[in-house]
Amino acid sequence: MIEARKIFKSYENKDVLYDINIIFERGKINQIIGQSGSGKTVLMKCLVGLDEVTSGDVFYDERNFTKMSMKERKILRQELGMVFQAGALFDSMPLMDNIMFPLQMFSKMSQADMIKRAEFCLDRVGLSDAGNVLPDELSGGMQKRASIARAIALNPKYLFCDEPNSGLDPKTGVKIDDLIEEITLEFGITTVINTHDMNSVIQHGDNINYIAEGKVEWQGNKNDFLTSRNIKLNDFIYSTELLKRIKARQ
Amino acid sequence: MNFFSSFGKYLQLLYFSLGKPQSWKYFRKQLIDEIALIGLDSLGIVMIISVFMGAVLVIQAGYNIENPLIPKYTIGYGVRESLILEFSPTIVCLILAGKIGSSISSQIGSMRVTEQIDALDIMGINSASHIILPKLIASLISFPFLIIISMMTGMLGGYGAAVIWNIVSASDFIAGMHYYFYPFEIFYAVFKTIVFAFIIVTVSAYWGYNVQGGALAVGRASTKAVVYSSISILLSNLILTKMILGG
Ligand SMILES: Nc1ncnc2c1ncn2[C@@H]1O[C@H](COP(=O)(O)OP(=O)(O)OP(=O)(O)O)[C@@H](O)[C@H]1O
Ligand SMILES: [Mg+2]
Repeated sequence: MIEARKIFKSYENKDVLYDINIIFERGKINQIIGQSGSGKTVLMKCLVGLDEVTSGDVFYDERNFTKMSMKERKILRQELGMVFQAGALFDSMPLMDNIMFPLQMFSKMSQADMIKRAEFCLDRVGLSDAGNVLPDELSGGMQKRASIARAIALNPKYLFCDEPNSGLDPKTGVKIDDLIEEITLEFGITTVINTHDMNSVIQHGDNINYIAEGKVEWQGNKNDFLTSRNIKLNDFIYSTELLKRIKARQ
Repeated sequence: MNFFSSFGKYLQLLYFSLGKPQSWKYFRKQLIDEIALIGLDSLGIVMIISVFMGAVLVIQAGYNIENPLIPKYTIGYGVRESLILEFSPTIVCLILAGKIGSSISSQIGSMRVTEQIDALDIMGINSASHIILPKLIASLISFPFLIIISMMTGMLGGYGAAVIWNIVSASDFIAGMHYYFYPFEIFYAVFKTIVFAFIIVTVSAYWGYNVQGGALAVGRASTKAVVYSSISILLSNLILTKMILGG
């Protein structure tokens, strides 16, 4: 479980997050949704410490991450995996080395065990044949999957994904979402996902947090999402002409 | 951003880049790769530049010393002094600032914009030390070798020019090369080189590491890396020379 408590974040001349309170639950797909520019990425960066909060606290299973020293954070980070918006694979290494990298850094495994683990992770995301390929030679969807494989190499307790299916065709996007959900359930991970993909939300949203202009405007799950009477949320959901017309017909 | 806050950020990055590597085994591998990339890959250009520099120095010295009262071996002596004291350490490092500095800053800059640096940080790895330290150590090791090789090929170039165009006899040239030779001058040159290598890597890494934006910003950073490391080299050259040789 991860808890964001009273998080505020502002840059020099710009307030981005106001009083964010969210509990991200274990073994569930926890989503942060909202329009482009609403503060999703900033919130995620604050959660993982790539950016510092202006005020407020982040707890990882009761451990206050915000108050931790660099050393303590470093230890906690080994329980944490992240899939970046653009994959962020190390472009100088083939996939196999990318996946083995966290193992080489932090585990005391033998070389053979590391290879075995990396092969398992690649296989888990359906890339068992691509071990020797450089990231640049992969399609966007494959890069995302490889990035997931690297994020789960060290068996993380917490998994963060920033728009895991953006830039992919709908079918591939669905596959990535399914993969993340399977992994979340299989290993009991606390998964936090940034998305503005409606399909991901209604299919996988166990815990949905809608953010608009840096404030949490609505919290719920996929069952009450479409029927909510929250005006701002409805505006967001039915933002396209197509959806507006479908809704008007009902 | 003003100079002092940039300089503060530079010092901070320096502090982090000197952090202990997460895995020494991996560091050794990176170091060897970087020595190949920074040292071996620069060998060719350093040798070519030095041969030509040495040859031109001899031709110019020969042109300037027409006076029969000045002994011919002065040419060999003068070329040796110019190469060791100035041309090899400073000019070659300026050229390496262009070649290595721009490649370091664009490599690190593109890691920044593609979030590879964030990916390292999120794993709990000190990204500054992971990326910069191997480059720094590799340069501190490679540069002195490159500069000594530059001195040797420079003298060879000078010797070649002297003999081919009959500017000075081989024996006079070699006598000049040996005339009043202080090994201290080599130490001075190597010391300068180490300072320049440090400047090139850290200044270029600073510009790359702090890139914000996309591909355009990476290009701009690599230009800045070359400009700022060249200026810093020239400035520190002046200061070091005044301190060590200026009495
Ligand atoms: N380093 C920064 N300095 C200043 N402002 C920033 C910084 N990072 C983000 N912002 C601002 O914070 C706001 C929220 O940005 P953020 O990247 O979190 O949006 P987002 O919800 O992730 O959007 P998208 O869906 O397009 O990724 C934006 O207005 C952005 O300009
Ligand atoms: Mg974003």
